[in-house]
Amino acid sequence: MKMKVADALIRCLELENVRIVFGYPGGAMLPVYDALYHSSGIKHVLVRHEQGAVHAADGYARASGEVGVAMATSGPGATNLVTGLANAYMDSVPLVVFTGQVPTSQVGTDAFQEVDITGITLPITKHNYLVKNPSDLPRVVKNAFHIASTGRPGPVLIDLPKDVAQTEIDFDYPETVNLRGYKPTFRGHPNQINEAARLIAAARRPVIYAGGGIINARAGGELLELAEKIAAPVTNTFMGLSGFPGDHPLFLGMLGLHGTRYANLAVTECDLLIALGARFDDRVTGRLDAFAPNAALIHVDIDPAEIGKNVRINVPIVGDVKQVLQALLPLVEKTDRAAWLARVAELKSAYPLSYGRENGLKPQYIIEELYRCTGGDAVVATDVGQHQMWVAQYYPFKRPGTLISSGGLGTMGFGLPAAVGAQLALPDRQVVLVTGDGSIQMNMQELATVREQELPLKIILLNNHALGMVRQLQEYYCEGRYMAVDFKFHPDFIALARAYGIAGYTISDSAEVAEVLTRALAEPGPVLVNCLISTEENVLPMVLQGQGIDQAVSR
Amino acid sequence: MRHTLAVLVENNPGVLARVAGLFSRRGYNIDSLAVGRTENPAVSRMTIVVEGDDRVLEQVTKQLHKLIDVIKINDVTVDEYVDRELVLIKVSADSGQRGEIMQIADIFRARIVDLGRRTITLECTGNDGKINAFEESLRPYGIKELVRTGKIAMLRGNRFTNLNTNGNREDEQ
Repeated sequence: MKMKVADALIRCLELENVRIVFGYPGGAMLPVYDALYHSSGIKHVLVRHEQGAVHAADGYARASGEVGVAMATSGPGATNLVTGLANAYMDSVPLVVFTGQVPTSQVGTDAFQEVDITGITLPITKHNYLVKNPSDLPRVVKNAFHIASTGRPGPVLIDLPKDVAQTEIDFDYPETVNLRGYKPTFRGHPNQINEAARLIAAARRPVIYAGGGIINARAGGELLELAEKIAAPVTNTFMGLSGFPGDHPLFLGMLGLHGTRYANLAVTECDLLIALGARFDDRVTGRLDAFAPNAALIHVDIDPAEIGKNVRINVPIVGDVKQVLQALLPLVEKTDRAAWLARVAELKSAYPLSYGRENGLKPQYIIEELYRCTGGDAVVATDVGQHQMWVAQYYPFKRPGTLISSGGLGTMGFGLPAAVGAQLALPDRQVVLVTGDGSIQMNMQELATVREQELPLKIILLNNHALGMVRQLQEYYCEGRYMAVDFKFHPDFIALARAYGIAGYTISDSAEVAEVLTRALAEPGPVLVNCLISTEENVLPMVLQGQGIDQAVSR
Repeated sequence: MRHTLAVLVENNPGVLARVAGLFSRRGYNIDSLAVGRTENPAVSRMTIVVEGDDRVLEQVTKQLHKLIDVIKINDVTVDEYVDRELVLIKVSADSGQRGEIMQIADIFRARIVDLGRRTITLECTGNDGKINAFEESLRPYGIKELVRTGKIAMLRGNRFTNLNTNGNREDEQ
């Protein structure tokens, strides 16, 4: 069938079952938006800044398990996507992102709104394409969806010159993908899996360290089964949170820099560490030579380059963590390991997570109440900073994929647009954004998108009138010389919410938390709850720079 | 240790930038990189000489494999192989020195490719050691300009690094 490339692109998206695209139009994208005009199957969500589009597509992908799609015009439209692409790349989120480009005859001439976006995004995309030959478009889109969603997921960018978009081609969507340089390994090597089973049988003090791979591979069930069968306590990375039930007796909470003391000490004492879909990130390991110093290491990951990158591994297994666990489960014996679990219980009671209840409204308490009010069933998006860590510590996620947050890149401003994407993916679920007064102001313009799309999003703003996490770092590392962290002016957030047609509540006292949260969560429309918390509150425990995770500042 | 990697890549625009960018952003050191077409016009072959221990090399290889356009990687250094590099050297030479320089060229089986009033340009092919020795022998005369192609390499005998072979020993009977 003959059609223009722009129409072919939209047809490809329909064939990939894309329901929503997040975008912002512009000159170079006119043909594509004109094609969208004629599509009945695809909803376009107009954001207020391209960064909002890519984060919304990211939140949509994490919440739905589908590939997120965003589009923007050439030049500044494209560069505004950069942070969002880097964010999705670091957190392994499947995205296909389209950018307009100046006509091919003008490429390389510094034309109006021209930027080399494939060059710029080379290190922050899983792959990218500049479509020069119009008839390549269907195959490029097919490949892009395949690359984005298989193996270790990630963002793929397609740059489409305006004249190419307007060219007529014979449309034929390929059924299969043939990429000889891209063949992810899904099944773990049987010998290695046997060896892992042997180490598990021989271990006396195993710990499972599970990351975001568990959620990407939808391996939560297998993880639970393994942990219970071999009686191994489980700690999650930040990205792994929600991958193991937070209220389970074997759960140790998050490990690492702001992890629980008992998770970090259990890892320090363990004789076998089973790493599943995690990457030994510096925020997890602290000083490397003090990380799990007595342990043999099993590492399962879909990305071979992660294995052996930061630490030496005894049993490397490249594969999809779900398939590897399915193969491993029949090979391990049911055990109880009473002595080790007793030791872990001892660590838990000796070093509980705790915070002072004195002087005023405590952010940790707000998160605990949020958990109670939502029954732990909400999808929680966060921004980046102290509030994010308090969520990680005090909201024991029950179901895989219910935490949506920027882990690897730590992108302030991610939360609001990501929550927009999540709420659009899950219109019937309660979606709550926990954010800070710094983060929310980085992409606040998306409040308009919330209102325009009539999303019932609940925004819990933990407002300490400061950039709390940086302030905390300055307290510890700069002897309290607070530089550029205190906001001397804030807008009236309630009036601001009202300006966007969003209901506002304020909480300034602990006694109000339960009641106001309950009321806010019950509102049919969007709500912003401005929680006035203390500027001095810190995220603890905290492993100091250069120390092993067996050390930490607690109180 | 120095390793010579034979890397087969899709002959797509930007593939060199992808590979070069990977090396620079991950902090790997490239000694030399030579790239050109193969017997299959859709496939290019890069010969990359990289310095590093086994761990670095493992990471280099794995990271290269993550590039969608990289099809196959062989570390030829672990096997029997031949490698060659071509150098062009322009040295100062007045008429009195030409004889000596031509003798040196003879010893290294180099060729004289251009003659100026005060310069001679020589071409020499060989492995690292030979090229280095050739360069050293000409240094006393004053090297005005020097350019090397970077190393290319191929496995010896009935072993292959191209696409149609699985591993590099398939045809060994």
